[in-house]
This record gives sequence, C-alpha cells and structure tokens, in this order.
Amino acid sequence: MADEIIEIKNLKVHYPIRSGFWNRVTGYVKAVDGINLSIKEGETYGLIGESGSGKSTTGKAIVGVEKVTSGQILYKGVDVTKASNRKKLNYNKDVQMIFQDSMSSLNPRKRIEDIIAEPIRNFENLTADEERKRVQELLDIVGMPSDAIYKFPHEFSGGQRQRIGVARAVATHPKLIVADEPTSALDLSVQAQVLNFMKHIQQEYNIAYLFISHDLGVVKHMSEDIAIMHRGRFVEIGKRDQIYKNPMHIYTKRLLSAIPVVDVENREQHKEDRQRVEKEFLQDQDKWYEKDGRVLPLQKVGDRHFVALPKDMIQQELKEGE
Amino acid sequence: MEKQSDLLLDIEHLHTAYRLHGKFYDAADDINLTLKRNEILAVVGESGCGKSTIASSIIGLYDHKNTKVTGDILYNELNLVNLNESLFNKIRGNNIGMIFQDPLASLNPLMKVGDQVAETLYYHTDMDEKARHARVIELFNQVGMPRPEEMYEMYPHELSGGLRQRVVIAIAIACKPEVIIADEPTTALDVTIQAQILDLLKEIQKESHSGIVLITHDLGVVAETADQVAVMYAGQIVEKADVKTIFQNPLHPYTRSLLHSMPQTDDESQDLHVIHGTVPSLVNMPRTGDRFAARIPWIPASAHEENPKVHEVEPGHFVRCTCWQSFHFQDEEKKG
Repeated sequence: MADEIIEIKNLKVHYPIRSGFWNRVTGYVKAVDGINLSIKEGETYGLIGESGSGKSTTGKAIVGVEKVTSGQILYKGVDVTKASNRKKLNYNKDVQMIFQDSMSSLNPRKRIEDIIAEPIRNFENLTADEERKRVQELLDIVGMPSDAIYKFPHEFSGGQRQRIGVARAVATHPKLIVADEPTSALDLSVQAQVLNFMKHIQQEYNIAYLFISHDLGVVKHMSEDIAIMHRGRFVEIGKRDQIYKNPMHIYTKRLLSAIPVVDVENREQHKEDRQRVEKEFLQDQDKWYEKDGRVLPLQKVGDRHFVALPKDMIQQELKEGE
Repeated sequence: MEKQSDLLLDIEHLHTAYRLHGKFYDAADDINLTLKRNEILAVVGESGCGKSTIASSIIGLYDHKNTKVTGDILYNELNLVNLNESLFNKIRGNNIGMIFQDPLASLNPLMKVGDQVAETLYYHTDMDEKARHARVIELFNQVGMPRPEEMYEMYPHELSGGLRQRVVIAIAIACKPEVIIADEPTTALDVTIQAQILDLLKEIQKESHSGIVLITHDLGVVAETADQVAVMYAGQIVEKADVKTIFQNPLHPYTRSLLHSMPQTDDESQDLHVIHGTVPSLVNMPRTGDRFAARIPWIPASAHEENPKVHEVEPGHFVRCTCWQSFHFQDEEKKG
C-alpha cells in the first residue's frame, strides 16, 4: 500500500465581504468550508466540481498561493500552512502546479529554456551546461523537439504550450502536482496527447496528482479516487466505480446525468432521466442539504465511499440499491 | 424530395478566404450544406477547422476588407453572399438569429438586459414600448428565467453565466427567426447548465419550427442534440450524414480518430488514442491532395485520391476521399 503523501484536515478558506461606510467585514464567502482529503504517493486524486464550487481554491491553498483560514495541510506529518515549515521541508520544490490557461501561465517574453529552467534555478545549483541538459531531457519527456528551447511561447500551439507547462512542473522532481483543469482549453485529440504524457510521467517518476476538473469523463480516465465538490464541501467521495456506478447524493447524480452521452439511440431516454433528476434536485433541497443550503457532514456508506446525507436517507438509498 | 419551403438554407460551393500577409487563404473551402426546417444541423470540428467561419459567412459578420466570400448561401432564394448591408440588417436578428459562445462579450455591460432584448424588437417590429416590454417578459418566461419582471432591470454582470446565455437566446429568438445559428452556445457553461440550455434550444426549435445550425467541438453535445452532422477538418467537410450514421458507422479516418480519442474507457492504464501530427495552420495548409493524409502516414499514398472529392457512400452519407476504404488504426491489423 502506498503511503499518504499529503493529508488535508478540515481545510477552510473564507474570503471576507466588506461593505458599508467603514468598509467593515460584514460576512464571509466560504469558498472552501471544511474538507478532508489525503493523496497517496504516485496516485491520482480527482476533484470534480462546477464553477464556483471551490475546487480551484482548494488546489491553490495546497500549493500555498491562497491563504488558509483554518485547518491543516500535513506534508510528511508537518503542517505546511506555515511558511517556515514549507521551507524546511522543501515543500515548494516538491509540490508543483499545472494551470488551465497555458498562454497566461507562461511568460511571453521568456524563451522556453528560461521558462523550464526557472524552477531548477530556484532550487538547485547547476552549471549552464548541466542546466541545458536537464531542460533538453524534460522537453524530451513531453515529446517536444530539441530546438524548442530557443523559441517563445507564442510560437507553439495550445497543446504544445500545455506540454511545456507539464515539463516545467516536473522540472524539480516533485512528489505532488496540482493540475487545475489542465486540458479544458484543448481540443479532443490534443487533450488525449497531454493526458497520455501526464500518465507516463506519473508512472516513471511516481508523482501524485491532484487532478481538478469539471469534465467527468477526463477525471474518470485519470483517477481512481474521486471527490465531488459543491458549495465548498464534498458531497461524495469514493472509488471510481462507486461514484460512477452507484452515486448516492442527488448532486452527483445530477452531474452524471448531465454529461452528454455518445449514444444516439437512447438519447430521449437519457434526456428524461436527466430532467427527472434535475426536478428531484430542485424540489427537495431541504432533504439533501442543511436548512441554510450547506452540504451535510459526510457519512461512511462503504469501503472508502462517503456521502453527505442524513443517516436515515442513507439506509433508504442502500435498500434501493439492493 | 422535400417541398421547396422546407429548405431554409442552401449553401453551395462556399469559399471564405482571409487575407494574411497580403494573400488570401481559404478558411472554408468548398462548403456544401443544407438546413431544413425542424432540423438541427451540427457542424463539428477542432479549433481552426473553419466551423465558425461558416457561421460568420452566413450571418455576414466579417471584416469585408480582409475577407473574400464566394459561392452561394441561399435563404429563401435570396443570396446572402455579398448582400448589401441595409438589406442584411433587416434579415439579421429578424429572420436569422445568432447565439454566440461568450454571453458576457455579446451583451452590452452598460444596458439593462431587458432593454437589450427590446432593442431587437425596436429595430425589427413596429411594436410600441408597452408591447415590447410585454414581449420581453414573455420571452424571459419562455427561456426559463425566474422572476422575469425583476430580471428585466438587471445588468449582465448581475446574472450568472447560464442566465446570461438565456438572455442571449431571448435576443436571438425575439423576432421568431426561421434560422438560428448557435456558435458554441454552451462551451463556457457548466455541464448541468449546458444540458438545460440544449434542452431549451430544442424546445424552441420544436415550437417555432425553425432550423438550427449548431457549431460545436463537443461530440457529446452533437450526439445529444443534432439531426444532421457535418464533420470538418482543415476547412473542408470530410463527412456528412445523419447523427446515427456518424456515431454508429463513421467512415472517414478523421471522424473515426476523433471518436476514438474520447476518454471513455474504464481501463485506467490504457492510453488515449492520439491523432498523429498537428492541424496545419491556415498558411501552411496543403491545397492539393487529401489534407488528412499527413495525419495518417501509415496509410499508403495510393489509397488517397489525387484530388479528393466527396462521394455519396450510402444515400445521405457523404465522405471525402476514398482512403476510408483502406483505413485502419495503426495498432489494428489491416483487414482484407
């Protein structure tokens, strides 16, 4: 069994809302409101949510670019929400990020060599020759030609740029990469390319991914463990099969039924199912959520399968499942 | 044969060329399409394949200095290509509605959303102010906006993405157009909202018996909504058929490769299919021979036609080039 590389305990990120004449804090936007998750070495953890669910904030908090309101992020058993601990553990070197928009995440005035070498220069002391060799190796890993190092980001296509982003993230031999919607801006065939490279790199270097996406098909392809996020909390956690074959929370069902299916024969049936779930979701909000609309605490329903529902409803759902 | 009135749009030999570095390059190359009443025609392809070019050619929204459009786009026996601007303004928004990808960019940030819908009515109908207001409320109800009276007074930034797109749809259908052109209408939206918007579009189409040109890159969306599908690659239509045929019996190598590269396998360890090479840019596009040939180099050159034509393989199923007959994926055994 692989060891846990990172453990998140009751993580909260709240943004203050300021208003009134004195600009005083009058409330909070609870972007992330108490989540627990752990990622194992060399494995991929999929985080699914719609826009505004707090999934990107979670990713940013883990990398350390978002200030954590409360809770702990444990790396090698030490809380890394404190900057001094991050430095001691080399956390900033071991955890890297891949961004959604490759154009805005690469400096347009730098050559590819400098872009990929930047994290190496920050953490390692290499001579110019060694450094160039490393950059070449990295480009090789993501399948880019060697003359790419002299070019600028605008000279590449979207898929190539995203691969440069992957190469940069791998440059410091990280243990964990937070990938925030890495393929949302890409075409289908290019997406396949980037996802394949990400998988190969994972196998070769034993890297763990936190794979954040709204695309359920991509997450299904990439990760074994999946969490569904809604309104800053998890509504359901489980193995891939548990989530996709036996979803229990209405929100999970709603998300799954909304994915367009390439099944022309049964599309009317699929549409009816979707509208039935949508109706159920809208009608019984109190049943599925707390009175103020927040997600209920998670309850265990099976081996590694948790769902945010009241206990009596879980019994009922389990019976229906049988 | 269909009755004449069922044919809404008849696009024949459409070429749309953009000027780049002083030369014109065809972004849409010999496009032949028809749109019938009560039909959703999906144009699908990857970025840069020319699908949006078709949309802007139909609606006449392009830079007239740097774009050259030739061929015919017949709408009720009226040729929309190089139609004079004042006549086009009467048709645009009235007979042909348009829905764009980014609702925030296509709405005026300084104008109440209700007034923006009313503006279309002001230009195309002779309703008075009261009637226009009533019609906007009716439209907001139709597109499923909650509390339409309140929504009328709101500005675009106060609405969510899904509601904004509903406003855009309300503008597009305000004058009950016969043709609606939807250019990636759900790309910027979440899946659950996407499903709602697509359902809404289908409902509207059923009620008003209009025809919709749906431009998208999402094969899932196509499978869920379209009646007819045209697959585009590098400015050309490579395959055209009804939706069932496209998904159950795709023939052109590009269509097959695209469907093959969708992530839907349950086996985690399996690699996704990658199409060899990259899409050529507009300037570097090969103008002779099969444009997809470079992406499937393991297929011998003799399998391609020298000058690929569109063949009707079965009734209603069109495929470009003959290379599909000998096409197989690289890891597949060659059949026969």
